[in-house]
Amino acid sequence: MTPLPEALAAGLPAGAGWLVASIAWPVIALLLVVAGGERFAARVGVLALPVGLAIAAAVALGIADHGELVYHVGGWTPPLGIALRADGLSAAMLLVTAVVASGAGIYALADFGTPRAGQTGRTSLAFWASLLGAWAALNLAFLGNDLFNLYVALELLTFAAVPLVCLDGRAETLKAALRYLLYALVGSVLYLLGAVLLYGAYGTLDMGLLAVAAQPEPATWVAAALMTAGLLAKTALFPLHLWLPPAHAGAPPAASAVLSALVVKGSFFIVLRLWFEALPGLSNAAAMQLLGLLGAGAILYGSALALRQARLKLLVAYSTVAQIGYLFLVFPLAFDAAAGRLAAGAALAGGLLQAVSHALAKAAMFMSAGLIALSLGHDRIAGLGGIGRTRPASLLAFALAGVSLVGLPPSGGFAAKWLLLSAAVATGQWWWAVVIVLGGLLTSAYLVLVLMRALGEPAESAIAPQPVAAWREAVPLVLALLAVFMGLAGALP
Amino acid sequence: MNPTTLFGLCGAALVGIGLYGLLTDPRLLRKIIAFNLVGSGVFLLFGVVARRGAAAGLGGDPVPQALVITGIVVAFSATALAVALLLRLHESGGGATLDDAADGARTDRSRS
Repeated sequence: MTPLPEALAAGLPAGAGWLVASIAWPVIALLLVVAGGERFAARVGVLALPVGLAIAAAVALGIADHGELVYHVGGWTPPLGIALRADGLSAAMLLVTAVVASGAGIYALADFGTPRAGQTGRTSLAFWASLLGAWAALNLAFLGNDLFNLYVALELLTFAAVPLVCLDGRAETLKAALRYLLYALVGSVLYLLGAVLLYGAYGTLDMGLLAVAAQPEPATWVAAALMTAGLLAKTALFPLHLWLPPAHAGAPPAASAVLSALVVKGSFFIVLRLWFEALPGLSNAAAMQLLGLLGAGAILYGSALALRQARLKLLVAYSTVAQIGYLFLVFPLAFDAAAGRLAAGAALAGGLLQAVSHALAKAAMFMSAGLIALSLGHDRIAGLGGIGRTRPASLLAFALAGVSLVGLPPSGGFAAKWLLLSAAVATGQWWWAVVIVLGGLLTSAYLVLVLMRALGEPAESAIAPQPVAAWREAVPLVLALLAVFMGLAGALP
Repeated sequence: MNPTTLFGLCGAALVGIGLYGLLTDPRLLRKIIAFNLVGSGVFLLFGVVARRGAAAGLGGDPVPQALVITGIVVAFSATALAVALLLRLHESGGGATLDDAADGARTDRSRS
């Protein structure tokens, strides 16, 4: 039933080699970090960042020229071979991953730099290896076109993300890491179960071939439900979000930034690919409304809990729970009721823009919250008074990132929510518009509470603030500015 | 009942038992073992799919067998990582469950 593979004619398609490079480079750098050992981990890691950024830019340029890049690994075509495929969605995610990973790497030089004499560099080695591993896994998730290949990407992502949670080795972060690992493992085993059912029914795991072969029948339904449920657990969509706040809030700031900004987007991207590319004919109104309902629950519940947090990093983590909800509004809004299938359009563009702008803003927010906590020696929101005077740049970065999360113009968050709102109006689904607006109000409420505290008078018992290097404050500021001005860059593909 | 159906049902039963254990047992080591049960069930289903999709003259479709090897390696690494984290958690005095209240009462039992 599987046709014999045909070796590709000699010569690579133009630009497609960059797809391999974007996955291979972080892996090579990871191996060099491990080979270099504790003393050279930070130096090798930092040197790897600009190369990765350049490769992501090369892929994006290739896509701007050709529209789509496809690479058949080893010259074997699907269904027996594995294809790597990049389109506009992949290019945007590759770029933002490279930018945020580079920012996190530079920011982390103070925490996980080269160990001085007498220090051990084990955490530093673990951080750089995990950062590069997560980068490679994310790139594979954005480029993979084969459902089993994506399973491997998901697992690699988990294995890189779990150590990031428990870098400091305290009992509470170990617990958070184990909870995260268990959620992620259940998620990926359910995904694998769905993949095997699809292979059993259609004899292929290539998304392009599945899109042609898959029929709306019980086996496909069960497979899609299992895979989606597994991916939702990994994306931390309400009500499967319980692992996220302790894991993201307990990690060191640079690691939190990568986890919250990027890692949850990897599994979200695969949900998008699954429904839009692999099984476009399977979607129906009820299933899409259910995904949207979970998204709406995440927005309202996550924002309400963020309002009640006493600690800044937990507030930012609950804000991630809420912002993930917006991503899943794409499904009901992109559903074309007349044709009975999902259609790429304003809603999909809005969802992608939300993923990208949230990645930039949330990375900036976690990094600036980390600097504020470092300066004060704690991150209790009630004790933030006076930080506006002692750490104005960090607070500005936090506020600018907040501008994008709330969705004020001209930020990327504004453009994303505008596209989602206009899709809600165009398809006559006003209830999602209500959720989007309510979510924006709640977001502004919890961020304004923080800013009011931070701009207020310092408490009587306030201790002298710890010094923070100016270059560290620049990293979140640059990321926040990118998020704010992304809306001006025009609509992404 | 032919062997393929029998193995398929076995796989489904393993997945069910494993999921039940994962959701209900608070002890982390049991959860890790339950995850391995789910994994074994899924791998058995890979074998069933390979057998059902066997081309004429071949004993089985080779692709699921190639996939299942990768799957086993991944599940093994996941288990190793989880057990290593659990050991670290236990050493640092954090107990052996995710439920803070149950830690004191259950730590001894889960070690046995």
